[in-house]
Amino acid sequence: MKVMEGSAAIAEAVRLARPQVIAAYPITPQTHIVEYLADAVANGELDAEFMTVESEHSAASAVLGASAAGVRTFTATSSQGLLYMAEVVFNIAGMRLPVVMTVANRAISGPLSIWNDHQDSMIVRDAGWMQLYAQNAQEAQDLHLIAYRVAEDPAVSLPVMVCVDGFALTHAFESVEPLTAEQVAQLLPAFQPLHTLDPADPVTMGAYAEPSIYTEARYAVEAALQESRNVYTRALEDLASVTGRRYDPWFDSYRVDDAEVVLVVMGTAAQTARVAVDTARTEGIAAGLLAPRAFRPFPAEEIRRALEHTGRVVVLDRAVSLGAGGVVVHEIRSALARSFYAPQVVGVIAGLGGRDMSPATLARALRAEEDAWIDLREDVMS
Amino acid sequence: MISAPLHLIAPGHRACAGCGLLIGAGMATDAAGSNVVIANATGCLEVTTTAYPTSAWRVPWIHSVFGNAAAVASGVRAALRAQGRDVPVIAQAGDGGTADIGLQALSGMLERRDDVLFIAYDNEGYMNTGVQRSGLTPRDATTATTPAGLRSSGNPHLKKDLVSIVLAHRPTFVATATPAFHKDLERKMQRAIQAKGPRYLHMLVPCPLGWGFEPDRTIEIARLAVHSNLFPLAEWHDGELSKVKRIAVPVPVDDYLRPQRRFKHLFANERGAEERALIQRIADDTAHRYGLPAYDPQRTTAGAGR
Repeated sequence: MKVMEGSAAIAEAVRLARPQVIAAYPITPQTHIVEYLADAVANGELDAEFMTVESEHSAASAVLGASAAGVRTFTATSSQGLLYMAEVVFNIAGMRLPVVMTVANRAISGPLSIWNDHQDSMIVRDAGWMQLYAQNAQEAQDLHLIAYRVAEDPAVSLPVMVCVDGFALTHAFESVEPLTAEQVAQLLPAFQPLHTLDPADPVTMGAYAEPSIYTEARYAVEAALQESRNVYTRALEDLASVTGRRYDPWFDSYRVDDAEVVLVVMGTAAQTARVAVDTARTEGIAAGLLAPRAFRPFPAEEIRRALEHTGRVVVLDRAVSLGAGGVVVHEIRSALARSFYAPQVVGVIAGLGGRDMSPATLARALRAEEDAWIDLREDVMS
Repeated sequence: MISAPLHLIAPGHRACAGCGLLIGAGMATDAAGSNVVIANATGCLEVTTTAYPTSAWRVPWIHSVFGNAAAVASGVRAALRAQGRDVPVIAQAGDGGTADIGLQALSGMLERRDDVLFIAYDNEGYMNTGVQRSGLTPRDATTATTPAGLRSSGNPHLKKDLVSIVLAHRPTFVATATPAFHKDLERKMQRAIQAKGPRYLHMLVPCPLGWGFEPDRTIEIARLAVHSNLFPLAEWHDGELSKVKRIAVPVPVDDYLRPQRRFKHLFANERGAEERALIQRIADDTAHRYGLPAYDPQRTTAGAGR
């Protein structure tokens, strides 16, 4: 075990994956990750082209071009940076390029906030990327390795976004069992692109589609994202056999089996939520926790099976679809709408812009009976 | 069987008759040769050549979005270098993808001194979306977003001096070209492709649809742009002007403006005459900056440039 900053744990996984082109633009709280990688390149610990581009739009574009030219790539961003590169984010998936990107989750302006919530990555949930949400530094490290493995599998050939809570994960020091080069060699084969930009065998990439073919091109992305389920599940099984660390592909569940109320929350808050669940149990509330790990592809069936015997499900969104409430809550409601038992689903919005996800907040969320923003400060809203 | 030379942009693309862009791109790509990778911005060149499942490109070619051709090319070049492959990389875009939405990525590519040749195909407007004004649309051109009218003489802004902006980055090679001077274009393209570091070629490509002239006059219009001193043919090495084509007896800008419907309103009234005088001053200033003879009403060659 080693005490590592979350960003260092992520950078180490990326370094061991040996990307050949890294492009990034500074934005808090993503910066430490790429700074560690810049150090690794500067010190000869990683043989890669490190491109200091002039914007996130170009960071995404550069890794797009590099991936198309046949190398493993990496970039990282947050918040405004993710929005600024958004059109390229969609394009990378449409072009079926296996880029891996860390999103150090951060609020969206305005007002400007550098602090953590999930509004940024939720905005690009429809882009065609696999989206994974890590709860701690160990998991963040492991999921980055898994990300490369799944992205580059020829049956998938899609980009993967690993979402980690800004500061709460990226800047926190935790005990990590570091991945080793030997483990990575066992788990991650060399990248073998399906097509590359090679004068000896010229191909056209990024052709435009007329109505006769556009729908099928989009369907192909959907089909590949569905196929990623199997590849991802196998990759996690292999991770378990090589490292001994076992992750459920879709979610962590804690004291769910006999629960009357289950809190659903993603990211680092799920760790604190275990405490809130235990406390509620001592107070006579049969509470449980479900923490989704994969948000795309969305594990609707798995979640339905896990939650349908619960009386009430409270989904805590650290994002908001303004005008329509939370984001994750709609997907959970949709998954449970197919259930005969139809548990009540309550949507709670909290933890925006770095507001602490304290045990008290999570306890209040657990007790929510109807859709609500909780912890609103009445004193500033008159 | 007669075997035609194999052009690297195949015929059968969907560009308009007389399209200066496809003429220029064809010349440039053939001059570059087949050992290249091209990153293309969204625009006329992209949509006329790559309707899936067809492609006119006989070289490896990639298109992502509108404003990122330079950054995609930089990424391609970085990947090729990482793989130890020494293949020239070209980024190319229209005037919008170069001077407006693509300017930031272009500046980044130049400033990092990435080993990429950027080709700007300048048809002076957003022709692919229906002839709207760009930062490289010349003053007084009527476009869909700067229409001439009772209170308007067309585009109120001057054409952005993009070559100077590029030169401020001190690329290893910069040149201007146009398909009317084929040998000049070919030679510059060959130099550009052989050089290393950041390089830039700015090509004026008349657009029959957007400029309003018959498709058989494309080359003539391009030649008049040079002969009127509105578009001098020059080249720079390491930021220093090294060569410029001297037009001994320049033609008045009116000769260039008159055949184009986008300037028709300039010949209708006194306001138009004033604007034409302004455009003549722009041409004269340009000649002065390049040390070229300016138009002299006392010295004319009838039919010059025809």
